[in-house]
Formats: sequence, structure tokens, C-alpha cells
Amino acid sequence: MMQQWFYDLADEITARLKGDEQFTCWLGAESSDFVRFNHGLIRQSGHVQQRYLGLKLISGERQAQGDVTLSGVREEDSALIERLVNELRAQLPDLPDDPHLMLSAEVQSSERIVASALPATQDIVDEVLGSVAGHDFVGILASGPVYRGFANSWGQRNWHEVASFNLDWSLYHAADKAVKSSYAGFTWDGAVFRNKFAEACRQLAILQRPAVTIPPGPYRAFLTPAALSEIVGMLNWGGVSEKALRTKQSPLLRMRDEGLSLHPSMSLAENTAGGLAPSFQAEGFIKPPRVSLIEGGRLVDSMISPRTAREYSLATNGDESLASIEMAAGALPQADALAALDTGVWISNLWYLNYSDRVSCRLTGMTRFASFRVEHGEIVAPLNVMRFDESLYRMLGENLLALTQERELLIDSSSYGQRGTDSALLPGALIEDFRFVL
Amino acid sequence: MDTIRRLFKQLAPPVDFCSLRLLDERSERTEVRQNVLQPLSTSFDRGAMITVIHRGGYGYAATSDLSAAGLKAAIAKAQGWAAASAGRAVVDYSSITLPRLQGQYASPQSGAPQPSRREIIDILLAESAACPLDARIVDWSASLWMVASEQLYLTADGAEIAQQFRYVTPALSVSANAGRDTQTRSFAGGGLCQQGDLALLRESGFIGCAPGVARETLALLEAPNCPTGRMDLLLLPSQMMLQIHESIGHPLELDRILGDERNFAGTSFVTLDMFGNYAYGSPLLNVSFDPTRPEQFASYAWDDDGSPAEKVFVIRDGILQRPLGGAISQARAGIGGAASARASNWNRPPLDRMSNLNIEPGESTLEAMIASVEHGVLMDANVSWSIDDSRNKFQFGCEYGRLIENGELAGVVRNPNYRGISATFWRSLRAVGNAASVAVMGTPYCGKAEPSQVIRVGHASPACLFSDVEVFGAEA
Repeated sequence: MMQQWFYDLADEITARLKGDEQFTCWLGAESSDFVRFNHGLIRQSGHVQQRYLGLKLISGERQAQGDVTLSGVREEDSALIERLVNELRAQLPDLPDDPHLMLSAEVQSSERIVASALPATQDIVDEVLGSVAGHDFVGILASGPVYRGFANSWGQRNWHEVASFNLDWSLYHAADKAVKSSYAGFTWDGAVFRNKFAEACRQLAILQRPAVTIPPGPYRAFLTPAALSEIVGMLNWGGVSEKALRTKQSPLLRMRDEGLSLHPSMSLAENTAGGLAPSFQAEGFIKPPRVSLIEGGRLVDSMISPRTAREYSLATNGDESLASIEMAAGALPQADALAALDTGVWISNLWYLNYSDRVSCRLTGMTRFASFRVEHGEIVAPLNVMRFDESLYRMLGENLLALTQERELLIDSSSYGQRGTDSALLPGALIEDFRFVL
Repeated sequence: MDTIRRLFKQLAPPVDFCSLRLLDERSERTEVRQNVLQPLSTSFDRGAMITVIHRGGYGYAATSDLSAAGLKAAIAKAQGWAAASAGRAVVDYSSITLPRLQGQYASPQSGAPQPSRREIIDILLAESAACPLDARIVDWSASLWMVASEQLYLTADGAEIAQQFRYVTPALSVSANAGRDTQTRSFAGGGLCQQGDLALLRESGFIGCAPGVARETLALLEAPNCPTGRMDLLLLPSQMMLQIHESIGHPLELDRILGDERNFAGTSFVTLDMFGNYAYGSPLLNVSFDPTRPEQFASYAWDDDGSPAEKVFVIRDGILQRPLGGAISQARAGIGGAASARASNWNRPPLDRMSNLNIEPGESTLEAMIASVEHGVLMDANVSWSIDDSRNKFQFGCEYGRLIENGELAGVVRNPNYRGISATFWRSLRAVGNAASVAVMGTPYCGKAEPSQVIRVGHASPACLFSDVEVFGAEA
């Protein structure tokens, strides 16, 4: 129904074009239930129905773009579209030709629909509250369909519709000591949640031991896939962006300019075919199924948006950042990770990363949630939060000891403006001399 | 707006509490990068949130369908969630008395016509053209973001608040490269954003700023690394705003203290028993929550739960006074707070936020503070920020540094960073700049909450001097 509404809208925009005008448009819509929990109770619960349309009106080499919130009511939306088209049309005379305008010349329509198999959100809430009663459970449940659409005046139509849930939660012992977990998918299974919660309760028992503070310095460390995702995710801050590389602002610049490399076991790709994000992007270009970015530790490609492609005479391969991250697995069995760590720190989660020295690709950030001091392959105590400051070239280069055989699919729970569709498939990493500074 | 008022009055159900919060916002972003006008971005965003409190439960529903059918459906959804949470919520919401006030507010120039698009483009093209002073400058951009916002807050039992705002955010940055090093410098440290109109571009010095920013970028390329060691640290307002934001503002949010944010934005090292007695900083530290300063970015007359805005001190003479918590959090915690319940948009519910969180000026001139330093660094313009989830262990980096030796400003240093712990850092505050050193700044990008929200906040601060801080630079 939403798909037909969007396609009808695209037809209406087409009918409003004059002279040589063309258009592309992008829809971001969702019908989401959000339930926030704290102390095992409900903090805020509600529903959000939103339909955001982004429209580019093109005349020759000029373009004007605008966004409008649509209502889903045909007559009302017709008036809003008319207003936006007229507004953009009025802008065009003020605008010069855009030398970096790049349009998808080839019509490539596509459709991906995962029909809703979700129970009523209130049923999920009942199960969750029933399981966590008496525990300090905090988090968010987001549930419902997410829609992304593309259309242009050349007749291309793309549709992505997925109904999913994402329960992102923590189980607290006290203060900042907690186990972080999540359960996301397309069909809810209460038994899966109960098992995850039971596992969190077991881990919480360890967190009840007296916590230790370690002095700053280098430590042997095991990073879970969730912790590693925070580090790899920083490559989306201009790391693998072709524009950032060309303008000398990428923290991976030395890999491009000087041939600096990471550990030979490091391979990283944008795996659209294996991810959850739409296969098309906002200008209507179809993303390649897979873009290999780092192979054998070497930077072999970058993410190139249509504008950057036009500016530097390249071929686009999507956007300037990663949406479906895939990192190659290693040889260390997950079951042997504690033993391989031997003595050091087990880091379940990292938090609030930033570049402290972009030229050296040096990152700083904090440990968070359940991190532990490990001695001789045994967890001995929870770790009070520590700040690290370490170069990616060391962490995932000369100091990378092993990656796990098993990888975890981490599903984006972000909801700034709209629910996210990103994902990351990552192993855990054993690292020597991971440097804590505070 | 009149139609919405009428429909809401007709449709409001017989519940303990029902409100409608409408937001209608138009924005336009103009950017010139490397002398090329980027696609203009015009946005029209309009929608409403219905909130229902009934029998202790709380539910909301946000919709962009403002027809009678749309509002009716939203009310039903909100009622459904209120019923579903009744008896299972963190508080008996029906026991909380929310304000029912009436009034209107308009921020400076909020009713003025939109400025000429051509004029804006020409200003940005001129600044962009003045950036590339030599071939080492590899990227640059100038931009302006103008937002006109109208908000209406109604309750079924009589509250009616209409507010209008006009936000202005100019920005300019220049990047230069030599060998493997790249340095970036920004106008006003990227922290200039206020309510008002294009007059801000002249008053702030944005017009004509490009050559100066470019020269400082090139100077950074030639500068040595920031030294490492413990020393005095003089922070200018464009870094102070970040220091206030991260290590005073967020830890004082009452919903964090109550645990709501522990799964995402984090908790706080501050606990409820600290208010009224905890020495947060040296006696020179005075911090106010002030949504009443008209030109400041996050000023308003009522918050999004209808509480009237007023200036209050959260820290006075170094002692912690009160948290940043709106009416609901105040009732949950049994403690006073501030009119700080805010939502980022019509599709997100209100929660505890900074609005304008400011450091009150002291008595020291900038010159006197510099003269008092034997060995230290001046830092300006945040470029890197990281802090733990209790808002304690922080590490911040700046775009630009100047050595201070024997009471005088010395050479420029690049990659200046410092780290510390909130709970002790503010006690090392040893001088607060006077009113002449104050800059009114802010950011449109304060992130928090589940579902997540990005909101505008303001920070006015003088320059401040801290003792014995761990300072360091980049790797050689």
C-alpha cells in the first residue's frame, strides 16, 4: 500500500514537470512503535508515523533539492508536492550549472519486501516485562515496518520494505556495571529473548565481584565483535571516503599515499548483498553487491558517491560511507579466546570514540559495560572504565594477534531521525599492547 | 494552526491529560565548496505529537497526517500506549501535575521575511573565493543554515502556547596539506549559531573571515606539535562550550541520573544526594541554565511540557545546586530542576535537555590570565571529543594552540589535546574571564535518547584558565 502510494506520487511529480525538467526523489518512511524501559518498567511508549520525501528538480545541469514531510493523504500530499516543486522551480534561475551533478542514466528498478511477521508490539512488551521483572533492565524496543523508495522521471522505481524489531538493552548491576545485549530480527521468538536474558544474568554474576582499576599502559586485549564494531565504524568518519582521501583529510591517507598497511589478515568490504540496507542509494544508483576496500591489509578501494565520481572522473559505488560492513574472519576459535588472551583485558564494548590524531589514525575512546581483567585465561574481576588512545595502524596492524573464526552480525539500532538499516558482520580481535591512558 | 486547535478541542478524549505539540519548520541550507555551489537544500517539515496520560500510564503518537482522521488515529494510538503502560511505568504519570499555561513568544527577527537567496549565495561565494591562499589549501567550504520554526502546544484542559523561532548557523572551514599532515581551521571553531537573522554574519565577523581562517590553517601546517606534560591550560569560548556541554551539561541531566539513558547515552557520576553540597568546581565556577537570553541558540519561553522558562543557577560558587530536569523528572526524583523538557522534533517525545547552559563571566581580563601563566597552552576550537558514559574521564582535542611562556603568548602549536576527569577538572579552574571574553555559541547537534534525538543547545562562556592539566600533541 505504501509502495503504491509512493509510485503514484512519483507519477504525479512526473506530470508536474515542465520543459526539460527532470526529477529524482527518495522516500524515507516508517511506522514504528518505540517502547523505552528503565528499571524493568516502561519509561516512555509510543508510535511514530512519518513519511519524508526528498526531491531533486533538475533542468539541464542545474539542480535544486528539497525535503517535505508528507501526510499519506492524497489531496494534502498533492498540495505539498505542488508547493515544493514550485519552490524548487523558483530557485533554479538563481543557481549556476552544477559541475558535479551526476544522474543515473540507466533505468534499474528493483524491489525488496519482507512482509511483516511481527506480533503486536504490546505482546512483545508483555513478554519482555514478564521476563525482566525484578531486574534492572533498561533499553529500547523499536518495532514496525521501515520503507525506502526511489523514483525518477526516467521511469526507475526502487522499493525497500522491511518489517523488523530491534530490542537493544542492558542489564545493570550497579552504577556503570552492566551487561549489554540485543535481540533483532523479523520474527519474534520469546524463547530466544529469554535465553539471551538468562545469559546476561549469568554474566551479571561476574559483574557483582569487586571491580578493579588498572594503571594506564599497554595491555593484551580481546575485543568482542561489538567492541571492534566501534573501531571499524570510525572508518565512516572520512576513512574510506574517496572525497576525504582526495582532499587529504582521511585518517587512512597514509595507506593511500605511502602504502602503509594493516595486518595481512585484515580484509574489509562493503557487502551490500549480505547486508540489510537498501541496494539503491539516494540518487538512484544501484550499489555493487560487494566492494572490497581492504585486502590483505592493504587499502584497495574507497567509497565513491555520485558527486565525487563526477568531480574526479570515477565510477560511483554507492555513498561515501559503509552501510553493510563485512570483515573477514580469522583462525582463533571463539571458545579459545579467553585462553589465548591469557592475561589482559576482555573488552565487551567500547564507547564514544573519536580521532585524537587523524594523520596517525589514532583513536581514543572508553571501555563500557562488561569489561574484565583476565589472568591466565580466567576472568578475575570487572574492570572500571578505562580510556584508550591507540593507532589503528598498531591495533589492527603490527599488534593484531588473531581474529576469531566466528563472526557476529550486528544490526544497527540507531534512530536519529529515522530507524537505521545498517549492519556489520565482524569477528572478535586479540590485540597486543592495547594502550590505556586514563 | 487554527484548524489544528479546533480539531484537537473536538477530538481530545476524556483522559487524565492530553496534549498536542505541533511543529512547523522551514529550513534552507546553502553551501559553497571549493567555489562550487552545492545543491541547495530546502526543507518543509510539519507534524504533531499527541501525548496521553491516563490511569498512571503514558503514551504518545506522532503523525504528519494532521487531518481529523489522522489526529483521531494518533489519539487512539497514544491512548493505547497509555493503557499498555498503566501500572507498569516508572512512575504514576497521572500523579504528576503538568503546567497549563497560555502565551506567545517570538524570538528576534522570527517574523521577518526570508532573506534573499541570491544575497546568501553571493556572500558564500565571496568567502569561498578568498580561501585558497596557496596550493597547500586542499579543501574549503562556506555555508549558511537558516531555520524558521513555529510551535504550538495545546492541552485538552486549556494550555495554549505559541512560539516562533529563527535560527542562523554560518560556517566556514579550510583544510591545508603538506606531506602527510593535514590541518583544518574553522570560523569561530564551528560553534557560531544563534537566533536572529543575517545581521549575525556581519556582527560576528563572518563576512570577510576567510583570509584569516586560511592564514591560521597554513600557520598550523608550519607549527610544531603541541608539547606533552602537565601545565596550565587556557581555553577560549569555542572550546569552553564543549567542555561545559560534555562535563557539566550531560552529567546534570536528571533523566540520566534517574537511569533512563544508561543503555545508550550513559549514566552520570552525579547522584541525587550531591545537590546543594557537592563542590563541582572551584569557587570561581558559576553555571546558569538560561533559556531567556533572546539571541542565544536554545532560548524559548516555555519548554515542551509547557513549563515557563527561567534562568536558574545549576552551580553557584562551585557548589552544585540543581539538575537539568523538566516537570516529569522533577516529580520522579522529588527535586527541583529547570524548564528543560525538550523534544528535537514533532516525532520525538520530550526529555531532559540542556537549553542554554552558560558559564557566568568572572573578573579576569584575557591579558591578565595570559600574564599569570608561566608555562602553558591556549587552546581554541574543538575538533575531537570523547568522554566516558558517566561523564567523567574525558579527552578533548582542539584545532589551534598557542604556547604561553613567562606570561606571554608564544608560537602556534598544532594538534593540541588534553585529558582529565570531570569530578576534579573543574576544581582546577583558577581564573574566569570577564564579560569582554564571552562568546555566545552553541551547536545544532546534541545527540541523546532512545529513540534518538539531535537538538539545538547554546553555550555562552568566557575564556577560562585551568591549572595542572595533562596536555599532549600528535605522534611525531
